[in-house]
Amino acid sequence: MSSVAQKKGFGATLWDWLTTVDHKKIGILYFLGGGFFFVIGGIEAMLIRWQLHKPNNDFVSAGLYNDLITMHGTTMIFLAAMPILFGFMNAIVPLQIGARDVAFPFLNSLGFWMFFMGGLFLNISWIYGEVPDAGWTSYASLSLASQGHGIDFYAIGLQIAGGGTLMAGINFLVTIINMRAPGMTYMRMPLFTWTTFIASAMILFAFPPLTIGLFLLTFDRMFGGNFFNHEMGGNTIIWEHIFWIFGHPEVYILILPAFGIFSEIFSIFSRKRLFGYPSMVFATVLIGFLGFMVWAHHMFTVGLGPTANAIFAVATMAIAVPTGVKIFNWLLTIWGGSIKVTTPMLYALGFIPSFVMGGVTGVMQGAAPLDYQLHDSYFIVAHFHYVIVGGVVLAILAGTHLYWPKMFGTMLNETLGKIEFWFFFIGFHMTFLIQHWLGFWGMPRRVWKFMPEQGWDFANLISTIGAFLMAVGVIVLVVNVIITSVKNVRVGNDPWGDGRTLEWAIESPPIYYNFSATPLVRGLDSVWIEKMEGNASGFTPAEPVKDIHMPNGSIIPFLMTLGMFIAGFGAMFRTETEWGLGLLIFGLAFTFVSMAARSLQDDTGYYIKKEEILRDLKRKGGQK
Amino acid sequence: MMKGLKKWRLFSLLAVLTVFLAGCGQEELSTLLPAGQVGRDQFNLLLLSSGIMLLVIIVVVVIYLFALVRFRRSKLGEDFIPEQVEGSHKLELVWTIIPILLILLLAVPTVYYTYKLGDVSAMGAVDDDGNPENLIVDVTAKLYWWEFEYPDLGIVTAQELVVPMDEKVYFNLIAADVKHSFWIPAVGGKLDTNVENVNKFYLVFEKDSKDLKDGVFYGKCAELCGPSHALMDFKVKTLPRGEFDQWVTSMQATGDSQIVANDQGEEVFNQSCIGCHAVSAVGESNEKQGPNLATFGDRNRVAGFMDHDKETLIDWIKDTQKYKPGNKMPGFGSQLSNQELDALAEYLMGLSVEK
Repeated sequence: MSSVAQKKGFGATLWDWLTTVDHKKIGILYFLGGGFFFVIGGIEAMLIRWQLHKPNNDFVSAGLYNDLITMHGTTMIFLAAMPILFGFMNAIVPLQIGARDVAFPFLNSLGFWMFFMGGLFLNISWIYGEVPDAGWTSYASLSLASQGHGIDFYAIGLQIAGGGTLMAGINFLVTIINMRAPGMTYMRMPLFTWTTFIASAMILFAFPPLTIGLFLLTFDRMFGGNFFNHEMGGNTIIWEHIFWIFGHPEVYILILPAFGIFSEIFSIFSRKRLFGYPSMVFATVLIGFLGFMVWAHHMFTVGLGPTANAIFAVATMAIAVPTGVKIFNWLLTIWGGSIKVTTPMLYALGFIPSFVMGGVTGVMQGAAPLDYQLHDSYFIVAHFHYVIVGGVVLAILAGTHLYWPKMFGTMLNETLGKIEFWFFFIGFHMTFLIQHWLGFWGMPRRVWKFMPEQGWDFANLISTIGAFLMAVGVIVLVVNVIITSVKNVRVGNDPWGDGRTLEWAIESPPIYYNFSATPLVRGLDSVWIEKMEGNASGFTPAEPVKDIHMPNGSIIPFLMTLGMFIAGFGAMFRTETEWGLGLLIFGLAFTFVSMAARSLQDDTGYYIKKEEILRDLKRKGGQK
Repeated sequence: MMKGLKKWRLFSLLAVLTVFLAGCGQEELSTLLPAGQVGRDQFNLLLLSSGIMLLVIIVVVVIYLFALVRFRRSKLGEDFIPEQVEGSHKLELVWTIIPILLILLLAVPTVYYTYKLGDVSAMGAVDDDGNPENLIVDVTAKLYWWEFEYPDLGIVTAQELVVPMDEKVYFNLIAADVKHSFWIPAVGGKLDTNVENVNKFYLVFEKDSKDLKDGVFYGKCAELCGPSHALMDFKVKTLPRGEFDQWVTSMQATGDSQIVANDQGEEVFNQSCIGCHAVSAVGESNEKQGPNLATFGDRNRVAGFMDHDKETLIDWIKDTQKYKPGNKMPGFGSQLSNQELDALAEYLMGLSVEK
């Protein structure tokens, strides 16, 4: 194999992407998959807002509306936000720690395909015509009562996708623990790596409860289990506990990598090291820990009693402390720096006030008796969109602009980027700020329509207009991507000029073995240190150039997932068709045979010869 | 000095907030215009927490804008390399301790109110004669309507809750099918109606609903419960204690003979509706599948959200699924003639205890 680009046919290219185990390519796959679902979730959001733009609207039916809200929430959390963040992690984290690959390249590929097939399975419900309709939380009494196969699509689709997420989490944990370059101690890891690390640890603990919950739900619905059926001694509150023991950490799994991306951006575009790095790390770890301790604040109105409510109320408020530490550290990072307002920086700057507003309303809900009024009202809708859009989505958009050149070797247009930002940012605040008041004025969330003369008409109209402005912002981004991809102006190692961490020391996009020789890390912001000491390449090798071991590509992850995908349909149709059981067995057997093939095959990978690496280096003009 | 200044700031902020927040929303529905002790306690907590939180936002935004204006590269020059500051233990300590203090300020009243509003120990209390001291209402949430039973008074009603003013009213909440959540925004926060257990809480109603726009407070279902979740509204009427006792007496009398506005309508009702609906308020909850219609003529809405007039009622009976998809009542458009529907509507509208 050679690094020199060769023209390949469509079939060969497709085969290449189906079998790839290269973390950079898998990063791009996550990015494409997540982007695809992000657009679907966005269209669902627009339909929701259009339905609510005036009172008593009949644009969508009551049932379809519940389908839309359920799929919008599920898609955005599981199939858009998390995968896109995984895309960044895959593309950037191994580079940041000076690694050649992730710890388990095969598992990495399997994780992606499980996410993608699970997401596909979930969305096929639209084509089939029976769509999940019990909200993204699928509370058990309603999800058990739901007719048709909608909730089955939810339970099985998320089970497959969730398995992929768990694998990705384990993979990053091992990668970050084991594969850091010499000299990169824990306290020299860039913050995006740190947040990825903590988020992965949270995945490790948060996803098993989801798996169990979905498993029980599947058994209740398809095999006559009675875990949640209260008439048979089951308990629906258990579902709520299980769901939120997963669900609350989940939002931190999303927001921590977002914090990481913003930390990088503040540091790069202020030309300054992160203020209070140790306290940032500590705050990240603490948030990760507390994330598991507060799930019951989603359940203040369930009737857990005053003692439980009081304990969880105070625990919830405590999260504000480490989060506050982070906010002030970011402020002090830009304070005294040299701020350059690029598109990523614009997003980061927009993030601070937006996220602070979302954070403080979280504390307000933490005050349990106040939550009795706010819970399940539009105030909640406003709050979590302020956190998830104002935090996670802004980070995704910022990261897209920041890492685009590193991932694709070409730069997104800055002017279009800024136009996109303003549309999105103004639209975002227009959509969600007013919703706090809608909640105060008594509007419950998840309402399909509302009657006039309750004082909600105008606020809902404003909210809808805002949502469409956000959509315009996203369309501008798509246009930007198309234009710049067509032009394809190549960029150098460090297109922003102020890169501080290892990924900016190698070419954009990186060569498939990342580093010609493992770098030596001599402190936090390794590249910055090298540059300040006059080493323009930003990179000191820790060892001479030598042969590199690389893993072989494999189609098996795709085939294994295909088997699960097929088995999913089998499980769903098992009771009502003759072929259902057969299909279930066939699908599972297909997966097991693929697994056996993987186990029995002696795949030891291959070596890139030293001579080839030296030839590449020479072609690039050598390395200091 | 510093502390005094902080307190003064917080106080003025609260004053501004009160003006700002209280001016909005509709009296029969808004949490910002609380109509009873529970809602007011929660509103106070809202003022306190928004005050603290607004303070935090202001501090952050001020520092942020300062930094943004002062430290732009365009001002400092392209080659300027800032000092690579590691951090500052003092500063970091400051922004750890101040938030802790702010949170304590909020946590203490939070815990206090949590216990205060969760206290239902007086629920079973009886006086010397063995009569219950407090009014208890059993609420059963169903797809998509509400049943209110007064167990100590032997009466039951639906869709319109009638309560006495200025005393604690205790509620037992449960759901009959899927989970719902019982919420009267203007009066106080919500509590879920679970399927497997009874939840208890109390509310206090201090404003006379007569003075409101529609003469009722609006109640909502706050938990997604299926297609017509959005339409699962109910209404609340508050009466001074004396009038409430009168209302109870006349409700108890509906068990005997009623004045019937339309005899033919009664006949239609007895043929088509009586299987699911009662017209006597005497009884218990869950006796009939559908809502109790004893006081239908006094109600504020048809099906909880539609205009309360004869034409709307006829439309509703004809095709219930069109207006409230997924509800359990079949449409009678094909079974009843227009003339029968008319008589039935007239009969139902005549079911009244408030004259």
